[in-house]
Amino acid sequence: MSELLILNGHVVDPAQGVDAPRDVLVRDGRVAAVEPPGALASLADSLPKELQIDAAGCVVAPGLIDIHVHLREPGQTHKETIATGTAAAAAGGFTTVVAMPNTTPVNDSVERLRWMLAAERHPLIHLLAMPAATFGSNGCEITDFDALVRAGAVGFTDDGKPVLEDDVMRAALTAAAALDVPVSQHAEDTRLTSGCSMNLGPVAFRLGLRGMPAEAEARIVERDLLLLREMERADHVRPHLHVQHVSTALALRAIRAAKKAGLYVTCEAAPHHFTLTDEAIGDYDTNAKMNPPLRAEADRRALVDALLDGTVDCIATDHAPHASHEKEVEFDRAPNGITGLETALGLALRVLHREHGMTLSHVLQLMSARPAEVLRLRGRGDLRVGSDADVVVFDAGEEWNFAVKDSRSKSKNSPFDGAPMLGRVHATVCAGRVVYRA
Amino acid sequence: MSSRPKVEALGYKSGPISETKGPYATTNAAGSAYAPGSLLTVEHLSVADVAEILASATRLERMAAAERARVLVDRTVALLFYESSTRTRTSFELAAKSLGVTTTLVSDKSSSIEKGESLKDTGLTLRALGAEAIILRHPASGAPFLLARVTGLPVLNAGDGMHQHPSQALLDLRTILIRLGLGGAASHVSDTRHGAPSSAAINEKTLAGVTVVIAGDIRHSRVARSNAMLLPRLGARVVLCGPPELLPEEALGLNAYLDANASGSPAIEIERDFDVALRSATVVMMLRIQKERLEGTALDLAEYVERYQLHGARLVALAPRALVMHPGPIIRGLEITGEVADGPQSAIEEQVAQGLAVRRAVLVRALGERA
Repeated sequence: MSELLILNGHVVDPAQGVDAPRDVLVRDGRVAAVEPPGALASLADSLPKELQIDAAGCVVAPGLIDIHVHLREPGQTHKETIATGTAAAAAGGFTTVVAMPNTTPVNDSVERLRWMLAAERHPLIHLLAMPAATFGSNGCEITDFDALVRAGAVGFTDDGKPVLEDDVMRAALTAAAALDVPVSQHAEDTRLTSGCSMNLGPVAFRLGLRGMPAEAEARIVERDLLLLREMERADHVRPHLHVQHVSTALALRAIRAAKKAGLYVTCEAAPHHFTLTDEAIGDYDTNAKMNPPLRAEADRRALVDALLDGTVDCIATDHAPHASHEKEVEFDRAPNGITGLETALGLALRVLHREHGMTLSHVLQLMSARPAEVLRLRGRGDLRVGSDADVVVFDAGEEWNFAVKDSRSKSKNSPFDGAPMLGRVHATVCAGRVVYRA
Repeated sequence: MSSRPKVEALGYKSGPISETKGPYATTNAAGSAYAPGSLLTVEHLSVADVAEILASATRLERMAAAERARVLVDRTVALLFYESSTRTRTSFELAAKSLGVTTTLVSDKSSSIEKGESLKDTGLTLRALGAEAIILRHPASGAPFLLARVTGLPVLNAGDGMHQHPSQALLDLRTILIRLGLGGAASHVSDTRHGAPSSAAINEKTLAGVTVVIAGDIRHSRVARSNAMLLPRLGARVVLCGPPELLPEEALGLNAYLDANASGSPAIEIERDFDVALRSATVVMMLRIQKERLEGTALDLAEYVERYQLHGARLVALAPRALVMHPGPIIRGLEITGEVADGPQSAIEEQVAQGLAVRRAVLVRALGERA
């Protein structure tokens, strides 16, 4: 029997509506008790100090869940490994991450999925995976959804690329609906974005870079929503579409309307999209290059509004590590993506909570309870007795500046070097084990 | 650049942290992350910088050749060209040699760049070989910024992608001043009775009342961007002219980086009708049109020529006194007819000549003159 006691903290558990001083007892990897101060006092006396976390002045919340990360293993381990990526995640307060399939080779078979999820990869926290929706993520033929779900897949995506063909997307949605998992779409009409390296607009014009129009994102979202509508009506199935990293007012409007109409659509937002605009590219900073790109201020505001009004279901980082030599090249040749696991909470609290008045509970819901719901993860994203003992302990008022040199990720490609953060993780507990301690 | 929107405008203050880059770096708008003397974009030049460069061009021009050849003697500059070039390369090279500089030319066609060597490593190699400054022409917008950051050397942008070609804008400016007799232009031409040109002659009002029409493929033109970002700061009104395919509305976004002109209207305007634009032109700059850029657009070549070609009848009827400019290379019979290019209103050859004068000045600025 292994025990851990988290004392003197303030529990915020959005799933249960708890927002009060509570002590948390963890036993054998599960939440054993959440009690008002004093109730676990006798245990505290008997338990050795190293099995206790003093959370005085801190928030104690369900471990964060990131349903969109790139851990680069297999095949690109010079950028990141499952071990280093999950270590960065733990430092950022995450206890579950979902690995995207664009590894080398692409994760499109049961064998590769099993390899990725094996204990030999040494994930520090819970690792889940979304395999490719199509073989090689080539957008042509869907993978064996049934076998992959039995092997642990929590959804399907060709992330980095869209599933462009209507027929293929329809087949993917049909197969996923039968298995009750989402198809997660990277919404980009690549016919409109060829040769583009940033957002279309005045900044791109000034920098002489080709820009991606907002329509490229909105068009795929609208096409997918049309498919959902058709399939509900004609085929009597209710597929779940999850839209990744929404970045434009145009796409958010379509998603909001579809939700109102009752379609099964969810979506995620990345911290960099609600924090920065394309102005952050400055003098061609490749650490401000990702896809979808940083957008205009009107889009950023629309994203904040959609987070506040519930149109956006969860925050996901799209953590995308790249080696410095890969980023230290001409802007239009640099790979897309930035790291994000260690800055997500600090940015969400600073931008959404402090600057836009989102409640702490809502922020945490977007980072734990809701992503767990989106992927139907039972016993995750809450602190119910019996749930996985995944806990983050953080000082919600602590101001600090992120220093990329201190990152646990193998890569340092972050535009947030030196950026002010609000809220600092003091400890992360995953399945009852302390996986990070400040 | 007082009106430049900063990241701070979003409410994110730079922290007191040093050694950071990106949006939270403590500085970059002034270009201070780059070696002094770098010329990456006209946006980094203050009006005083521009005045100094022009004054220096004049001073160097007036020097006896033998004296001039000692100004930068024993200094080393590399010309790094990833794109073909006639005018710019030759002009920089001759400018450097006339100052006594040792130059070496590296092109992507005949170097280890072909073997996949990165821009960074190429730059570090040139520095290790003794280059004290690098003149870079590159097809990727922003490449000179990267080279300047990784080498720490002064970098002179000789054209990067669709972004900037600062020395071209400076030579265009010098051509305009001389041909229009502005900004104490008498002191810009060689052999005058006046003393050294007063740099105070160039200021925010030097080009007041001058309308510069830039016509053609604005979208892909670094020359257009450079002139549009430089000339308004000396008081010029810039009118961009071209079809939407080659001149998107976003171009007006450049106004966010410029102060409004004296009458309070934006410095840069768009006029789709070339004839209307020409009527107001003091200067008309024609840009090369590439046939392949029209493919897939609503416009065909014949229609483009009909609407936007600068030919004799058009010029006589609408802008009989306007100065005609073109950065080259010219495609005669396409954007401009031969008679106009060779005609009395044309300053095209003078532009090339001014290139030499201006590039001497920016080289001296980059390397620092011997005391």
